[in-house]
Amino acid sequence: MLNNQGRPTAAGAAGAQSHPTFTGNRALMIEEALLFEIGRADVTGVDLDEPEGIAFSSEVGTGSREENASGKRAFKHRLGGLERKGAIGLVGLSEPETMRHYVRLSQKNYGIDTGLFPLGSCTMKHNPRLNEKMARLPGFADVHPLQPQSTVQGALELVDELARWLLALTGTEAVAMSPKAGAHGELAGMMAIKAAIEARGEAETRRVVLVPESAHGTNPATAALIGFVVKPVPARADGTVHVEDVRALLGPDVAAIMLTNPNTCGIFEPQVVEIAAAMHAAGGYFYCDGANFNAIVGKARPGDLGIDAMHINLHKTFSTPHGGGGPGAGPVVLSARLAPFAPLPFLRRTETGLELVEDRAAAGESRPFGRVTAFHGQMGMFVRALAYMLSHGADGMRQASEDAVLNANYIRAGLQDLMSVPFPDHPSMHEALFDDAWLKDTGVTTLDFAKAMIDEGYHPMTMYFPLVVHGAMLIEPTESESRAALDLFIMALRDLALRAKRGETERFAGAPFHAPRRRLDETRAARAPVLRWTPPEPVRDAAE
Amino acid sequence: MPTYYTKDHEYIRVEGDTGTVGITHYAQEQLGDVVFVELPEIGRAVKQGGEAAVVESVKAASEVYAPVSGEVVAVNAALPDAPATVNEDPEGAGWFMKIRLADTGELAGLMDEAAYKALVGA
Repeated sequence: MLNNQGRPTAAGAAGAQSHPTFTGNRALMIEEALLFEIGRADVTGVDLDEPEGIAFSSEVGTGSREENASGKRAFKHRLGGLERKGAIGLVGLSEPETMRHYVRLSQKNYGIDTGLFPLGSCTMKHNPRLNEKMARLPGFADVHPLQPQSTVQGALELVDELARWLLALTGTEAVAMSPKAGAHGELAGMMAIKAAIEARGEAETRRVVLVPESAHGTNPATAALIGFVVKPVPARADGTVHVEDVRALLGPDVAAIMLTNPNTCGIFEPQVVEIAAAMHAAGGYFYCDGANFNAIVGKARPGDLGIDAMHINLHKTFSTPHGGGGPGAGPVVLSARLAPFAPLPFLRRTETGLELVEDRAAAGESRPFGRVTAFHGQMGMFVRALAYMLSHGADGMRQASEDAVLNANYIRAGLQDLMSVPFPDHPSMHEALFDDAWLKDTGVTTLDFAKAMIDEGYHPMTMYFPLVVHGAMLIEPTESESRAALDLFIMALRDLALRAKRGETERFAGAPFHAPRRRLDETRAARAPVLRWTPPEPVRDAAE
Repeated sequence: MPTYYTKDHEYIRVEGDTGTVGITHYAQEQLGDVVFVELPEIGRAVKQGGEAAVVESVKAASEVYAPVSGEVVAVNAALPDAPATVNEDPEGAGWFMKIRLADTGELAGLMDEAAYKALVGA
């Protein structure tokens, strides 16, 4: 086997099996045990001195100090019957053992810093290191949310500046910065819609929220959580939502529609303006799921499309780490009709600087529906997102969107002769969607194909989503990848696709072959999850 | 014992005034390995096309809709502990519930076996 530089590489799993090692390690790929298994209950990594001159009494006492017979001060605790009766079985490890365990685990992790991460709908783009440097500036990193506002004016200015950028990019009236993730922003936006409907006195009548079948799962969940009745809008065969299908469901009982644009099939909804107009004419609101905003930044303003509310995943669209790593941030922008209902807190500029409005009494003419976080949002993410915006500039962000779309279409063009595209009539936006029609009768499934990608050194794409596409494979390369990286990715997938079509099922059925763990039993994990570690049976003494 | 099918891939096998409801072989195949089943409580009134149960697989979670209106008179209590039965024998031991039909006229709106087979291309 040759690597991509033409140099020979190891024989892979077959070679490993023919030369078993004593430790189970494969060269520097360490077979890492659980922390509980590495450590020992009889040792400790922290060596504290025995307390001198103090005796603890297990009697229930008042906590007062008394001298006992030996002259030591005796402490009585106040735990009542709640004190621990036996050992809790925590193992002891030294600092180097602990550190090595976590560093080894981190080396097994695959992230955007390791390689191409084509997880569709997740926008795993590069996080510029400049963002990290800015977020670590002490003026941003070391502030406390309860500090006097006069001492954090710089941080508040940053939040205000980011808010202005978001309003400019979306063409909307107001933005609530505090939601902590996409679904949280979605909830805040829908609560603003609910508050607006209540203010109109229609809370009892407008209770239906329309959600297309291709929506993100959070959309119907959000609507249901705050008491709306969800009605699905059928998906058309071309992967888009048609205004006639929406009109057919409209009436005085409809509160809103929740639409993702570009949608989860990676298609820009061609009738989005008509759908917005129809919804407004019927007296309802238009919520847009902004998860895919990264495809249209600088190209189309959601406000111009008639959107009343949209959350923005700062962690997708404007970099900032995510995906099992950093926290999310989900500010939600609101149209003029919803702006008065924006949640607390919000910023107001006064003669002396920026002021956080934290309660309804101080909110003036606006009628905030409440608040959705204890404090003011994800400050670290705000810094990173604004650093991304300022370093790219308006033109740079537009180009990032264009490059993301170009890269997705490059992948589609490079694979569509071998793999099947469910909606060939629409160009792709930021992600290329394939179905599994091309795998029919090969004995290989979407899951097998994804597992074989792991062997090729790639994180698999999103699979089996959107649900409206059979055996879906949703690939989002983002703008971060060079053409050379995309070419290698395409060639790797073409090689796998050709193997599948040639009937090389053994290449797929057991994949991944080269990962630290082979194919996991997902079904058993879901049916009979083991949620608690139990110590192994003690090994019998060999002499017995 | 005539069996009727819905476009959402439920079946109902009618005996007298009661029908046994489950999901079709095609549905379990599409879902993949079923890992979780939630059944309605006995005595619950269901409406035709309304949610009656939940089935979750390694790929997706979806509702099972009542093919007819009526009252749930029995559920397959063994199913939640052995969800694999839905994959192994969907139209036999993998049944979900029995519904006492409120209106046998509703059956006319469902598909017979031939029409359902044509729908799923079997």
